[in-house]
Amino acid sequence: MKKVIALCLAVCLALGCAACLSGCGGEKTTLYVYNWGQYIAEGDDDSLDVIAAFEEKYPDIHVEYSTFDSNEIMYSKLSNGGITVDVIFPSDYMVGRMRQEGMLMELNFDNIPNYQYIDDSFKNMAYDPENKYSVPYTWGTVGIIYNSKFVDEADVTGWELLWNEKYADKILMFDNSRDAFGIAQYLLGFDVNTTDEAQLRECAAKLMEQKPVVQQYVMDQIFDSMENEEAWIAPYYAGDYLTMVEENPDLKFYRPAHQGFNIFVDAMCIPTCCKEKEAAELFINFLCDPEISGQNMDYLGYSVPASASKAYMDPEVTEDPVAYPSADMLEKATSFNFLPEETARVMESLFMEARNS
Amino acid sequence: MKKNKTGFLSIPYLIWMTAFTLIPLCVVAYYALTDPATGVFSLRNVRELSLYMPVLWRSIGYSLVSALLCLVLGYPVAYYIAHCGHTAQKFLYMLVMLPMCMSFLLRTLAWVGLLQDTGIINNILAAIGLPRLRMIRTPGAVVLGMVYNYLPYMILPLYATIVKIDGRLIEAAEDLGCNGVQVFARVVLPLSVPGILSGVTMVFVPAVSTFYISQKLGGTDTVLIGDVIERQFKQGSNPNLGAALSLLLMILVFVCTGIMNRFGGSSEEGSVMV
Repeated sequence: MKKVIALCLAVCLALGCAACLSGCGGEKTTLYVYNWGQYIAEGDDDSLDVIAAFEEKYPDIHVEYSTFDSNEIMYSKLSNGGITVDVIFPSDYMVGRMRQEGMLMELNFDNIPNYQYIDDSFKNMAYDPENKYSVPYTWGTVGIIYNSKFVDEADVTGWELLWNEKYADKILMFDNSRDAFGIAQYLLGFDVNTTDEAQLRECAAKLMEQKPVVQQYVMDQIFDSMENEEAWIAPYYAGDYLTMVEENPDLKFYRPAHQGFNIFVDAMCIPTCCKEKEAAELFINFLCDPEISGQNMDYLGYSVPASASKAYMDPEVTEDPVAYPSADMLEKATSFNFLPEETARVMESLFMEARNS
Repeated sequence: MKKNKTGFLSIPYLIWMTAFTLIPLCVVAYYALTDPATGVFSLRNVRELSLYMPVLWRSIGYSLVSALLCLVLGYPVAYYIAHCGHTAQKFLYMLVMLPMCMSFLLRTLAWVGLLQDTGIINNILAAIGLPRLRMIRTPGAVVLGMVYNYLPYMILPLYATIVKIDGRLIEAAEDLGCNGVQVFARVVLPLSVPGILSGVTMVFVPAVSTFYISQKLGGTDTVLIGDVIERQFKQGSNPNLGAALSLLLMILVFVCTGIMNRFGGSSEEGSVMV
């Protein structure tokens, strides 16, 4: 019995010390950053560790970094409430939705002087017309990534490649309703921002038709599967293709310009559950610093909305047509707008049906 | 009267159960029976459940197959351990427990590396000139994942029951002229029924609600009820429908446990431990 008591005391003592040690760091502000997975340079492959650089510049701020897989996951986590998040990175249509639902705080641009570097073409976008709530982080396009070792170039004719039975079980598909419906809409020639339920049902039928050839519905798992050739065809974001091709040079990227494709902006916003607004604005400002943003984007492969940053980037990256398509190509791109809640709900439940049919 | 004196000992547990099981259950029921948009009472979610019945039947089917496979694989192991020497028993018991010390997620992910088309097994097959096998993303892979992960939950209760069987009963049966097979079929097996029921329940219940195994090892047509529930909450599509599905699953589990208890109720250690 004595031994047990001694052991308990020892454990208490150890815990006490640990608690003291972790609490002895002074009064640091903790900043909760909630970003997409693989969406900031973290110091691997000789890149800049952005968060470490920020913490070095502002030693009183400690960054708690966590990631999400899709806009919808981030949205549901925030709307369920009960958490503190200071900076989020939603895409355009999600900025619109959260803005309309009052989930975002107005930014104080006096604290974000680096906003001046953002190109005018990325200011006052449709999702935030007065530019009060968001600062663009990256932009990019969606296309098809395919493995040229296994996929015949003659089959790469458009979005229908994702329905090609020849490659059954080697095709991956988006695991979020908006991107998945977008592809069906481009293929069927519909408007990607439609609220027409009949059209959405047709898209769902098209997606259901695709299911037998789909290997899996995934998001960031696409990296592994495409790199190690477990899958050969997947729709994904251009910036991530540039990361994947470094691991597997047989991968190619294709944008079906004749059918249309998605162009998106991912922005930085402060949600209403933020507790450290000023620190959050410092963080946003830091990420807009041309030198930091240049090095960050160099690693990410996504396109930068501030031309000033390009001076700090590898010219090979800034001249790559995958990341920076020609003006002609960009003309064929459409962006996703914010959909009314009822439409978003119908789309999600149709996607569930198609996926689980 | 004796009971009342010790009754207060269960108070911490009662508080725990109320705070973390009973109240959350009521919340789940509340969500299941309200409309997602307006928050008023509605049976809309319950009606929508019919859409997911095929998924539910599939989950039940896979879990039952897994539970039976675990029984077939686990019984001989438990029987063997129970008849080893004291030290060997302790050691083997620890070996059965050992995999549970490592994260269940990691162990499942390791199977992906083994089974996938470009995985270790297929690469070995290809290297020695054999054709590659389609293993991952099949119902078999999902069942394999379940059996692999939940086998210890079958072996442990079986072992606990078998080890307590009175050796004198077996001797008596032998003295009265039973051969080995008869001793097993008429004495050992009936006496291990409580363990079997426990084991089957303990494998079936987590298997029927799992989502990770089917996401990693399954394909697009092995979606289980756990996947659907997870998605309803995580993707924010319709948490109310998710709650309704959870409620349905819980009722199912209660019914199963109830049936098991009834079957095992007559024997000495009848109650199924869950």
